[in-house]
Amino acid sequence: MAEHVAGCELFESGHRACGGCGPALAARLLLNATGENAIVVASTGCMEVFSTPYPETAWKVPWIHSLFENAAAVASGIEASLKRQGRSEKVLCVCGDGATFDIGVLCISGAFERGHDITYICYDNEAYMNTGIQRSGATPYDASTTTSPAGACSTGNQRPKKDMPAILAAHGAPYVATASISYPQDFMKKVEKALNTPGPCYIQVHAPCCTGWGFEAGETLNIGKLAIETGMWVNFEMENGEVTKVKKVKRKPVEEYLSRQKRFRHLFKPQRRDAEIAKIQAIADRNAEKYGIDIKKKE
Amino acid sequence: MALNVGCAARPGKARKNKTGSWRVFRPVFESEQCTKCGMCALVCPEGCVIETEEGEFVPDYEYCKGCGICAEVCPKKGIRMEQEEK
Amino acid sequence: MLQITEGSHAVAEIAKFCRPQVVAAYPITPQTHIVEALADMVANCELDAEYITVESEFSALSACLGASAAGSRVYSATTSQGLALMFEVCFNVAGMRQPIVMSIVNRSLGAPLSIWNDQQDSISLRDSGWLQFYAEDNQEATDLHMIAYKVAEDHDVLLPAFVCFDGFILSHTYEPVDMPSQEEVDAYLPAFTPYHRLDAKDPISMGMYATPDYYMEFRYELERAMQRSIDVIKRAGAEFAEQFGRDYSALVESYRLDDAEIAFIAMGSICGTVKDAIDEMRDAGKKVGLAKIRTYRPFPTEELTRALAGVSTVAVLDKNISLGSGGAVGTEVKAMLAGSGITVLDYIIALGGRDVRKRDIAAIVDLADKGVGDMFYGLRTEVL
Repeated sequence: MAEHVAGCELFESGHRACGGCGPALAARLLLNATGENAIVVASTGCMEVFSTPYPETAWKVPWIHSLFENAAAVASGIEASLKRQGRSEKVLCVCGDGATFDIGVLCISGAFERGHDITYICYDNEAYMNTGIQRSGATPYDASTTTSPAGACSTGNQRPKKDMPAILAAHGAPYVATASISYPQDFMKKVEKALNTPGPCYIQVHAPCCTGWGFEAGETLNIGKLAIETGMWVNFEMENGEVTKVKKVKRKPVEEYLSRQKRFRHLFKPQRRDAEIAKIQAIADRNAEKYGIDIKKKE
Repeated sequence: MALNVGCAARPGKARKNKTGSWRVFRPVFESEQCTKCGMCALVCPEGCVIETEEGEFVPDYEYCKGCGICAEVCPKKGIRMEQEEK
Repeated sequence: MLQITEGSHAVAEIAKFCRPQVVAAYPITPQTHIVEALADMVANCELDAEYITVESEFSALSACLGASAAGSRVYSATTSQGLALMFEVCFNVAGMRQPIVMSIVNRSLGAPLSIWNDQQDSISLRDSGWLQFYAEDNQEATDLHMIAYKVAEDHDVLLPAFVCFDGFILSHTYEPVDMPSQEEVDAYLPAFTPYHRLDAKDPISMGMYATPDYYMEFRYELERAMQRSIDVIKRAGAEFAEQFGRDYSALVESYRLDDAEIAFIAMGSICGTVKDAIDEMRDAGKKVGLAKIRTYRPFPTEELTRALAGVSTVAVLDKNISLGSGGAVGTEVKAMLAGSGITVLDYIIALGGRDVRKRDIAAIVDLADKGVGDMFYGLRTEVL
């Protein structure tokens, strides 16, 4: 994959992301996959802010930001315009989980239902990070955020993560995939596949946020990997609504993932909350069963 | 310099922002252990690990924020994080 | 060619002749006939455009923004609640300097829910950075679309534009309209030349964020573009007059103002009623006239001041209210004429489709004569 990197960097150094930023890596990787012939539509959020303070843009492909919630609608218009002009650029939305799971659902649903030829990439860092770590529909169960803080009578976020891939698959999207920046080649391959699949495609890429989740900057990829290895995140592909490929793992207990992040610290200190950890383990177990991720031991 | 219409800008100015000044830890690349797999360059969020003409990988300290992801992913453990001296 | 047509259909027809490459719109009363007509044209290969059947007005304007940024001329139409839903996008489109033209079929805003006409919707967007044109009749509504595109797309302007015409009163009324041919429109309105566009061959980032070091300067540039548009509107209007014989070179149209003592200020279809009432009052020896505002944004301060120079009293007819302050137009006229010695009286009228007839105009003159104003006119006090 080194040749990818040695080539033209389309996401430039000098951006203002935190050191160890998962979404910044996601941006780099996805542009490696798209190449120059792409137009990126961004939502308001961390990535937009750290990459485009006027006049310093980190994007060397055409890039547009309008609002928090309308990237899919803006992309619809761009796609229609390009079609009319007979142009060949691929249109991508690159938006955070707040913009995707919550405030932008109307526009995304419309764009997917209409069948525009766009690829929508959600970089999922599981909370509103730009405004200071508030919960979103993508925040996992029991994660402590500034609007779902753990406290004397709360164990953090009380709802499980919304199943956005299933929602978009239900729109008839020909290609829906989840990915992780901890598996860069897999992510890039999925972006390429989405770009080459006509119609609206969706990729949700797990992009750990060291600042928001509370771990050391160098651990970003390790944390992403643990999410997969514990079944807290499943990498899969869905084609025309059917799961066609799943990343299988020798599953570790969720505790190995949870205990390394400050957002789950309340489950371990001042005392262990075994019942809560068991509930999260049950979520991982359900994921494992639903997608069949467990590598079975030989009898 | 006149403002660009509609708060738009062409690429080229991001690199003015030398993020290397943020660094607390500095990655030191031990080239004798390098197998040239390129993982360090691939996963750098700054895109500031550069492949030289000789095929070696070196960090660009003008932009390296010292996050240490490269040191974590290096399969040969050939990247060492050292405290910056200021 | 002179044809008897519904206002909505005339507007749809002229929108087609302006050759938008992308149309994105959402149905809403009383704008619906426009988008239905455009859909019909696309379905019958009369309009060679992408027609995006968006899921909301918010997305309609967002899609238009994207298409415009990619280099296409675009068109949309909305009204009332739809425009309110677009509020955030409206400011964005202007700030990003995308010359989108949108028809506003003026309608009141809820609550209470009302589908009938006033101008609260577009007036409420007065600070958004869109040019705002108001049409008195369907001919003017038709013509103003051509002018709006020409002005909006001028590289000295690069601002979006509303062409406003009153819901039902114009949109659903059949009137004779002299409809230009495609060739005539092409001769007047050149093909769209974007100032810059999203293009992989020449990448650009649009809609970046501005720190306090830059934000104020970008807003200043917007205001400067608004001020520059005044001359561009006059020029586009004069060119229109030369080609079509109808003169829109003034931002304010004066009607029998020369020796007037009392002047009305109004916008939109009510101007027709006011003119008829003025004729009758003139016949009875009453010196009244009308300054019709065709361009509300930019506000025609200079022209309006000149037009009103000789009058002693101004009666502003506001089909809107800035609650807690008064009519929006009246408030601006009062500020404009402060210290001039001219009395400015504001009348909130015709909200939510309340009819205004010639006798109401005459009654307002009587009130103005007595110095009575700054009030709702035409209230049904019996239900209060």
